[in-house]
Amino acid sequence: MTESTEFISGATPAAPRFGFLLPLGLALLPVLAALVAAGLVLLVLGSDPIEYYAYVVERGLLRWRGLQATVVNMVPLLILGGALIVSFRSGLWNLGIDGQYLLGTLTAGATAPLLAGAFPAVVALPLAMLAGAIAGALWALPPALLRARAGINEVISGLMMSLIAASLTAAAIKLWLKDPTSLEPQTLTLPVEDRLPLLADTDINIGIFIALGVVIAAHVLMMRSATGLRFRILGLNPLAATHAGLGVPRLTLSVLCLSGALGGLAGAVELTGVLGKMQASWHPGYGFAVVPLVFLARMNGWAVIVFVFAFSVLQIGSASAATRLGVPQDFTMVLVGFLLLFLALSEYAGERLRARKV
Amino acid sequence: MTPIFNEPFLAALLTGAIISALPLILAGLGEQMSERAGVMNIGLEGMMMAGALAGFAATLAGLGVWGGMLAGALVGAAVSVIMVLFCVRQGMNQIIVGIAITLGATGVTSLMHNAWYSRTYPRLDAAEKFALPGLSQIPVLGPGLFTHHPATFAGLLVALVFAYVYRQTFLGLNLASAGEKPDALDAAGIDVTRTRSVAVMVAGAMAGLSGAYMAVIGSGIFVPHMTGGAGYIAIVLAMLARDRPFWVVGGALLFGLCLSATTALQVGGIEVPTDFIQMLPFLAVMAVLVLFGRNARLPRALGQPYHRGQR
Repeated sequence: MTESTEFISGATPAAPRFGFLLPLGLALLPVLAALVAAGLVLLVLGSDPIEYYAYVVERGLLRWRGLQATVVNMVPLLILGGALIVSFRSGLWNLGIDGQYLLGTLTAGATAPLLAGAFPAVVALPLAMLAGAIAGALWALPPALLRARAGINEVISGLMMSLIAASLTAAAIKLWLKDPTSLEPQTLTLPVEDRLPLLADTDINIGIFIALGVVIAAHVLMMRSATGLRFRILGLNPLAATHAGLGVPRLTLSVLCLSGALGGLAGAVELTGVLGKMQASWHPGYGFAVVPLVFLARMNGWAVIVFVFAFSVLQIGSASAATRLGVPQDFTMVLVGFLLLFLALSEYAGERLRARKV
Repeated sequence: MTPIFNEPFLAALLTGAIISALPLILAGLGEQMSERAGVMNIGLEGMMMAGALAGFAATLAGLGVWGGMLAGALVGAAVSVIMVLFCVRQGMNQIIVGIAITLGATGVTSLMHNAWYSRTYPRLDAAEKFALPGLSQIPVLGPGLFTHHPATFAGLLVALVFAYVYRQTFLGLNLASAGEKPDALDAAGIDVTRTRSVAVMVAGAMAGLSGAYMAVIGSGIFVPHMTGGAGYIAIVLAMLARDRPFWVVGGALLFGLCLSATTALQVGGIEVPTDFIQMLPFLAVMAVLVLFGRNARLPRALGQPYHRGQR
């Protein structure tokens, strides 16, 4: 803690010139603190944290193969990040994002192999993604309607819809959409040559560009457009939005359905790019990784890209560390948990400092 | 009627229902108190995991079932101190801190399990059951409903205590005011921060108890992620029940029956798609929201930090 006080007292006199140092420090300190705290947990439990971090960075970032896996891993997380930016900036908690993702994956899994048989991939894949996005939006509709019409908290209904989706997609695959030729319950498989094209000589498909496009578009929509301004007013103060003559129920519906559509799109892009088919047991639970990341990024699209990249390095690296060093992959949860706590703390400290200056 | 609906089957179904309902009751009652005082505790799941590991470790170390339950409650309350410090005292975002607690505690317990138990996978002896005299002799229903570890019956009675506190005591009144209109409570000379801290720590202890019950009495083993979303179901129960402890109990028993039916039918060899049965309780919640949602009302100051003298 002495570090931070020195840093802050050093920055205060030169505030006009180095004014950016304080926010930068407030963003970086929590990351460092979280790495140290999580490292201490490793140390207490008998692993060498330095060795662990070095191994994770080497496997997830420095090796070419690992880096490719990291980039592929980013695709669904980024699109879900875009979905959450739209929702959180509008003051709505779309925690049903996992359900929308699953419905999007299922719809794409059911339609893409059939569409690819009838049309060339250039037509078939966008159609499958559109179908996935529509399915996601429809799955977001019940919580959205409940919130818009009856004012019911969208957190509970969203979580319920996610839990229902996990069972429903599994049942739908087993009962109606099962590939009759496979032993495992799974949808028909999209042939490898019909999937999203790969970048030259890599395992990375062009889904990463779709994903980057979605996050940036979500950011620009919220921060630079009139529609985004309306959404944000809704988030800052629904009463003010009503006074300003905005139709609050309609805005609520649009925000949650747009967010749901992006959630569905995330599943469709992952299916047409990497998975090729959906298995009945598929339930990655991305939501609880992405929600904290979007918080950490303070709902800023550019920062979401940075955090999702760092998180993916950690995920890919820690997956191989689990087998090699015997530290379970759940270590990522510890790290993200600490990161959130220290972020909240630094935000609070920042507010205190700003208040003291005034 | 197919022959599997016989007495042993029903007994197993009801036993399973009560064993899966009890953690929901304990955690749900805790969350209800916290929400009543105006603090939304999304970290419930993490506190349950911490309690589960503590209870398991204590019982394994020879402290017995009751020692395990006590250890779970203490560790759950200790974890909730984070929530008290960050959210109640400093007014930080309750949802962020709650998610952080759930992630951190789930991860840390998984690492500890890996470090301590992953080679031996120790197992506890089955907790001794106690047949309530008289009641457990009732044909068909008796064995399933009234033959459990004493802690199970004690857990069911906790709801009575909560109802008494809410209805009959000043503490109950203070809790409700802390959630509805904290400045009024402050004006009446009662410390809002202290009232809310008590509620959050009771919720932590109840969640820890609930996790310990799962590990020590429910399954006799600790597995990472063993709470499997029960904490979120408990949050939903608390929100739907609002200020009525007995609704938490009723809702939890309903959930417990659905969860138990899934496994019981599998054991009975019936080819019902279990996915549909697993879906039922959540569909029921959605139906309740659609039908009665208009009346659902959360405490007015829920999720809002209290700063003296601020509007």
